[in-house]
Amino acid sequence: MLGEYLPILVFLAVGFGLAVVLLGLGLLAGPRRPDAEKDSPFECGFPAFEDSRIKFDVRYYLVAILFIIFDLEIAFLFPWAIVLDTIGVFGIVAMGIFLTILIVGFIYEWKKGALEWE
Amino acid sequence: MNIVIAMPEIFLLSTICLILLLDVFLREDCRMITYLLTQVALLATALLAYGAMDGEKTTGLNGMYVRDDLAGVLKISILLLTFVVFVYARKYLKDRTIWVSEFFLLGLFAVLGMLVMVSANHLLVVYLGLELLALSMYALVAFNRDDGRSSEAAMKYFVLGAIASGLLLYGISILYGLSGKLEFAEVLTYVSSQNVLENIPLLFALVFIVAGIAFKFGAVPFHMWVPDVYQGAPTAVTMFLGSVPKVAALAMLLRVLAESMGAAQPGWAQLLLVFGLLSVFLGNLIAIAQFNLKRMLAYSTIAHMGFILLGALTGTTEGYSAALFYTITYAMMAAGGFAILILLGREGFEAETLDDLKGLNERNPWYAFIMMVFLFSMAGIPPTVGFYAKLSIIQAVMQAGYLWPAVFMVVMSVIGAYYYLRAIKMIYFDKPEQTAPIQAELDFNILISVNGVLMVLLGLFPSALMGVCSAAMVASRL
Repeated sequence: MLGEYLPILVFLAVGFGLAVVLLGLGLLAGPRRPDAEKDSPFECGFPAFEDSRIKFDVRYYLVAILFIIFDLEIAFLFPWAIVLDTIGVFGIVAMGIFLTILIVGFIYEWKKGALEWE
Repeated sequence: MNIVIAMPEIFLLSTICLILLLDVFLREDCRMITYLLTQVALLATALLAYGAMDGEKTTGLNGMYVRDDLAGVLKISILLLTFVVFVYARKYLKDRTIWVSEFFLLGLFAVLGMLVMVSANHLLVVYLGLELLALSMYALVAFNRDDGRSSEAAMKYFVLGAIASGLLLYGISILYGLSGKLEFAEVLTYVSSQNVLENIPLLFALVFIVAGIAFKFGAVPFHMWVPDVYQGAPTAVTMFLGSVPKVAALAMLLRVLAESMGAAQPGWAQLLLVFGLLSVFLGNLIAIAQFNLKRMLAYSTIAHMGFILLGALTGTTEGYSAALFYTITYAMMAAGGFAILILLGREGFEAETLDDLKGLNERNPWYAFIMMVFLFSMAGIPPTVGFYAKLSIIQAVMQAGYLWPAVFMVVMSVIGAYYYLRAIKMIYFDKPEQTAPIQAELDFNILISVNGVLMVLLGLFPSALMGVCSAAMVASRL
């Protein structure tokens, strides 16, 4: 059974070998004359404008998280609605508990101001 | 369907929702109400859990949930310990103007997760409780979000915790693939029918499950997160993280390994033996080199967890009771030790190096005495309870026929005593570097005194707690 995987092994070996040979040739045969200009980082030909590690606004992230909760709620509600006539009262109570807990979270986020853009 | 057996959890969840709703409508200066409600909720849940202890083992919720005396004992200790920890934490949060209700709410959610883990009768329910606990803990560690170290600690904890959850789930999925069962009793039936040491896939599943559990304990070689998280998290969170979840971790070990895979004991005992011995060895040795008190206590935790694993690996009732006794008393001394650190800090100053302990006796003899009791107890020196806890573990290990591990544990305890005694020497024989007065409110003072005195009382009369622990094991047929 393992024999069927032989082509993959050969492919891996060739890929690895080729990478080693090409990089090794460049390292050994290529000329290397570094200077300050060549070593400095640049953006599109210009010197770097600012540090990339800055604080940025996470508002989109917050909205995305809040969205996904209610999106999942819908994903639960659809199959629940289809089988409601077979699961009966038990299903209604269970979904009621689930929605109540979600509503508690919704009131919390609303009052905390997570829904206000400015 | 028998939802009554989950009454404490249902009650706690409803109370959390109520507190959450009430809190957003309260004004800033009424935070005290949230705190008081939280404490009342913890005590009321403990009462419910106590009322449910009837010596019977009842399963319900389609066999996913169990109520027995072991669950009762574990739940009551988790709830009471959390109560004490929150009293200590209040001083820390008030001093540092991070007096917000989210600390208590996230703490309550973590407690809910632990209660679910304790009462689980199904591998997925264990996982559900574990994740609720872990997610609340990640958020708590990052509680001081503008502090770089706090965020870094939370990031490390989150990434490593996610890997550990993955390992555990992978193990559970292999086990499910082999047996087609997830309920404890059915898994036990399957495991009993197999020759565990010959069955490679089963051993494979076992290794992953044990690795996931060892991570939650912080046992070597899954201990990397412990020192960084303990040091980076706010001290109040470190205190919570370092005490209460250890009880839940033991519950997970007892439920998953002892109860559902008891027949595989020869398999997991080897793993726990290696993890336990390595933890006792590395924890005690590396702690000697630590200058930061929180890091030192983190490595000391690793060593203590090694003891608990070694007690649990015996597979005997004595071993399990000794491990339970050790865990509960360790959680009490860890909470107390970190409470003294909170006491020594103030706004804009965190007490976390050994130097901050210097001359504590001159500043306040009573606190110095209590800290000495906690340190003696961690070192395992009579008449404190730490001595009896270590003794009962070593007795159980010897009875199970592990002679040289027992000798090794004694030797490492002696080596470990060095860094506890060094801290005591600094408290009593060095000149103080800080002169600020140490103040705390009445409730803090009463609880820390009771906590310290209990360490001695339980050491003198251990049979009360030990009796409860072994009775719970017998009632749960472990």
